[in-house]
Amino acid sequence: MTDDGAAVVAAVEAVAERIEAERDHLTQLDSAIGDADHGGNMARGWAEAADAARDLDDPDAEAVAKTVGKTLMAEVGGASGPLFGGSLVFAAGELDEGITPETAVAFAETYLEKVEDRGDARVGDQTMVDALTPAVHTFKKSIEVDDLPPVEALAKAVDAAERGVAFTVPIRARKGRASYLGWRSVGHQDPGATSTLFILEEVLDVAANRVGVDVPETDASSPTIPDEDPDEAADDGSAAASEDD
Amino acid sequence: MKKLINDPDDVVDEMLDGMTAAHPDRLRRLPDTQVLVRDDAPVDDKVALVTGGGSGHEPTHAGYIGDGMLDGAAAGDVFSSPTADEFEALIGACDAGDGVLAIIKNYEGDVMNFETAIELAEMEGVEVESVVVNDDVAVEDSLYTSGRRGVCGTILVHKAAGAKAAQGADLSEVKRVAEKVVDNVGTMGTALTSCVTPEKGEPTFDLGDDEIELGIGIHGEPGTERTEAMPADEVTEHLTEAVLDDLDLDEGQEVLTVVNGMGATPQMELFVVNRRLQELLGERGLETYDAWVGDYMTSLDMAGASITVCAVDDELKELFDAPADTPALTKK
Repeated sequence: MTDDGAAVVAAVEAVAERIEAERDHLTQLDSAIGDADHGGNMARGWAEAADAARDLDDPDAEAVAKTVGKTLMAEVGGASGPLFGGSLVFAAGELDEGITPETAVAFAETYLEKVEDRGDARVGDQTMVDALTPAVHTFKKSIEVDDLPPVEALAKAVDAAERGVAFTVPIRARKGRASYLGWRSVGHQDPGATSTLFILEEVLDVAANRVGVDVPETDASSPTIPDEDPDEAADDGSAAASEDD
Repeated sequence: MKKLINDPDDVVDEMLDGMTAAHPDRLRRLPDTQVLVRDDAPVDDKVALVTGGGSGHEPTHAGYIGDGMLDGAAAGDVFSSPTADEFEALIGACDAGDGVLAIIKNYEGDVMNFETAIELAEMEGVEVESVVVNDDVAVEDSLYTSGRRGVCGTILVHKAAGAKAAQGADLSEVKRVAEKVVDNVGTMGTALTSCVTPEKGEPTFDLGDDEIELGIGIHGEPGTERTEAMPADEVTEHLTEAVLDDLDLDEGQEVLTVVNGMGATPQMELFVVNRRLQELLGERGLETYDAWVGDYMTSLDMAGASITVCAVDDELKELFDAPADTPALTKK
């Protein structure tokens, strides 16, 4: 197995363990605004995905990611299957040269793009996109603009996702099952955004462990979360400037 | 609640085995899946038609597999979408190189899982197009959808597009015909009782003896309006008016109608509904080209019916009349 392949397997195992530990928490969040199956479905899916990843013979990062995505698609069901699993299958291709800061950014961007397209959701709809978008944009900016080491960039991304999860609480759901509640969805934390944060936290942990550093502290001094793709922001001087306010 | 099932977890699996056992010369189950395909799939020199969705709507979907209609269908668990990998297996098994048309009912899970499968199939070089059926005039958004739900009108899409494919039309033509049906069809349903899913074992909503739901979907979800029980003619008037107001047809327009039972309504009652439906169409100056009556898309053991009206032109009439040979629908 390549080093990168082993790292992805380790990350998947860590995610499976974490989601299992958070199963009741996620189900409780989902029961408030959905159909109360997010914790169970995700726990089952990630457990199967970890098994499938372990069973692969000498895989590279792309192969592990693809297998995990396929397993999630098959096991999680509902809309979460295509959103978490399908997006992973498509993004896996970005890792065909292994994991580097550049391929990691491409992977994250493709994943986000697939989730947005499939769910037809944008920031502010009270979905997993609210955690994922700031995380991906922050990761990209940290790598490409701020030139941070990958683990630090990932830590900033986790911080951004955490704020994204908090952002889902006061807003009204416009996509997904919760959207049928209308204004009654206000005040509830989105389960998909929450599980997205847990996944990112575990990936950060494994990445930090792999390069032998402590998980970097993230705090309020983190840079402002870019609310749009850093590439697009750079095209528009005024938008880029206003973000520094 | 008494049901002829074993373990609720096994009900779909056992149903599919029973279906293939009933039609061994027509249906084949793909190993390790809940996908049924034509025994001779993939059929050469023909665009393949595939569909799928939750179980509990029998004979939808696998009942319409055969000459002149579908090439295959994926069955999800009861009232749950099949997963994307099941749809992917279905598409792969039915494509003979001439492309695949996926017919999707507008329910979020179905749409997302089918779209994911289509992208995966396209990566394997399969040409796939899709149409989303949204014929339910009762709702704009519902418990399970953004936009209108796809219900019994879906059968007419299977029939017309299936006939077009059987005639050797290419993928874009088959898709055009499917969209033509979608653009011209409307449905509205009523529930006299809730259904009982095998897993839950009790009614999904409570309905008094003297109450009915108007504007239901096909998943045991309540309708848009609860009202006191009425004679068949009055219910038929409510449903028909809702559909016709939505379609807004010109006088003299020819239509095909479907009175569809939801699973626990006797034929006697469906014919009573059809009788009043045809009178109402006449009063509106519409001409019935054909009238189908029966259980086409059910909701387990729900009592009730839906009314579907589809405006037809010469092309659609020919396609609806074209031969079909499937377990649930035959035309000679």
